[in-house]
Amino acid sequence: MSAIKDGLIITKRQLLQLSRVPEVLIFSTIQPVMFVLLFRYVFGGAIDTPGTDYVQFLMPGIFVQTVAFTLATTSVGLAMDMTKGLIDRFRSLPIARSAVILGRTLGDATLNIVVLLVMAITGVVVGWRPSSGIVSILAGFLLLMLFGYAMSWIGILIGLSVRDARTANNLVFLIVFPMTFLSNAFAPTTAMPRVLQYFAEWNPVSTMVAACRELFGLENAFGVTAGSFPSENPVLMSLVYIAIIMAILVPVSVAKYKRTSSK
Amino acid sequence: MNNAIAASDLVKTYPKGKVKALDGLSLEVEEGTVLGVLGPNGAGKTTCVRVLATLLKPDSGSATVAGVDVIKNPDQVRKLIGLSGQYAAVDETLTGWDNLVMFGRLYHLSNSQAKARATELLEQFKLTESAKRAITTYSGGMRRRLDLAAALIVRPKVLFLDEPTTGLDPRGRLDMWDAIKDLVAGGATLLLTTQYLEEADQLADDIIVIDHGKVIANGTSDELKAQVGGEKLEVTVAPSSLLATKAALELITSHEAQVDEQFNRISIAVAGGSAALSDVVRALDGRSIEILDLALKRPSLDDVFLALTGHVAEIEEEAEVKPKGRRR
Repeated sequence: MSAIKDGLIITKRQLLQLSRVPEVLIFSTIQPVMFVLLFRYVFGGAIDTPGTDYVQFLMPGIFVQTVAFTLATTSVGLAMDMTKGLIDRFRSLPIARSAVILGRTLGDATLNIVVLLVMAITGVVVGWRPSSGIVSILAGFLLLMLFGYAMSWIGILIGLSVRDARTANNLVFLIVFPMTFLSNAFAPTTAMPRVLQYFAEWNPVSTMVAACRELFGLENAFGVTAGSFPSENPVLMSLVYIAIIMAILVPVSVAKYKRTSSK
Repeated sequence: MNNAIAASDLVKTYPKGKVKALDGLSLEVEEGTVLGVLGPNGAGKTTCVRVLATLLKPDSGSATVAGVDVIKNPDQVRKLIGLSGQYAAVDETLTGWDNLVMFGRLYHLSNSQAKARATELLEQFKLTESAKRAITTYSGGMRRRLDLAAALIVRPKVLFLDEPTTGLDPRGRLDMWDAIKDLVAGGATLLLTTQYLEEADQLADDIIVIDHGKVIANGTSDELKAQVGGEKLEVTVAPSSLLATKAALELITSHEAQVDEQFNRISIAVAGGSAALSDVVRALDGRSIEILDLALKRPSLDDVFLALTGHVAEIEEEAEVKPKGRRR
């Protein structure tokens, strides 16, 4: 498939960018590391997580939050290309129209490997000890990569829809912050008002966090009282969510990209 | 001769504000020649290029580039064309070398072919020394040259240049003109849009003037200038010498002179540019008339518009869809 081959050239471009402007990579890892330290040492002591110490509970939450921010990386990067006329050049080349966005999503997913690695090391330093086997742990990280990739496709749609990179950035924060905080990522959902609990239990971020906790060896993965279907089957539900996101967003984003010209 | 570019009755209306960016535009460019598309902002120049370069579908009309239908076979057209716009469309965080190699690979050159071509193009556009620096450190002129180089990777049959010198300083403009002249000497077919009559004059074989998405005049540069009235000489003298000067000028040029008494200035159409200038200086000197100021005025786009439409060029920025990012 030439679309994939061309896409990989675009991916290579993004990795080349990282080597030319290493600050980008440094800043995209500093923020999650700060979150780990903040929650581990500042808020952690005040949050009660029955059956486990807080850092075991927290790390999967931070992992998911971090890959959720792939939404920002992709949408901001694409919005910048759109405003600089670079997209016009890509569109005038004899390559598949989908190659540019395919390459970008792959590039951003690759970046997640580095970020997750740095965070896992930070986690281990502050006391995170996944207790399942190596296969389960790797499965957990694979799931995180998949979720990040799905987020990247939402980012494509946002990057194509907004006026400029700054708008993309603001919009993404408005989406990602409620999604990650109205979830089981940082605190058990049991302390929330009933209505929020429903939201939190069906929230894909929650199912992802619970799935990772399960795969990293935590027994009570979700929280305490949750009895809904997603809370009982977090790995399955996470995969379903990822499949739904991809099934909708890939065709929609590709179609939109074909229609949109540089703004 | 075959037409390398042929467009007929192109219409494109933008939904926002229902602006007709193209209103029945037709043009032809013979193989190996340069067409200058001249017009003010908002005349439809960029839209025209975007349609011909397959970036935009027209509402109606038809166009072929190198014999291939732009609307039916855009993929085929993209293999044959190069496009360089008014905004350097390259990845600014990468180096010049990175960019050219990447675009070479996207044109499906092999890795070694892409590298060889990048080296060649950097040499051709005098960018070898800056090859390994990020584009962010380039001057406006260097960016534009790199952008042009990126459009030439596969030696396209047909090249579109959308306002290649807009926003450049005079030095950058001259460098760019040299680069374009070299291409033309190499036999490229080129469609070039510009706001500057002088640029079209320098680079183009034929010129079309467009306004409100329509062709309002066409011809060679000389034919257009004849329509506009060509060059004008403006002489400023002391009030007492006005009449004597007028008589002398009319004798030399056999045109009628206009006297502006407020500024003590006489303007007259001349042929032959600088040669006429020295004739005038000698003649006035011989009559002991002191020249306070002397200027040879080339017709500007405004003059062309005034002559062709009877109104000055209207600026309608919104009418054209352009990249918003003017930040560099």
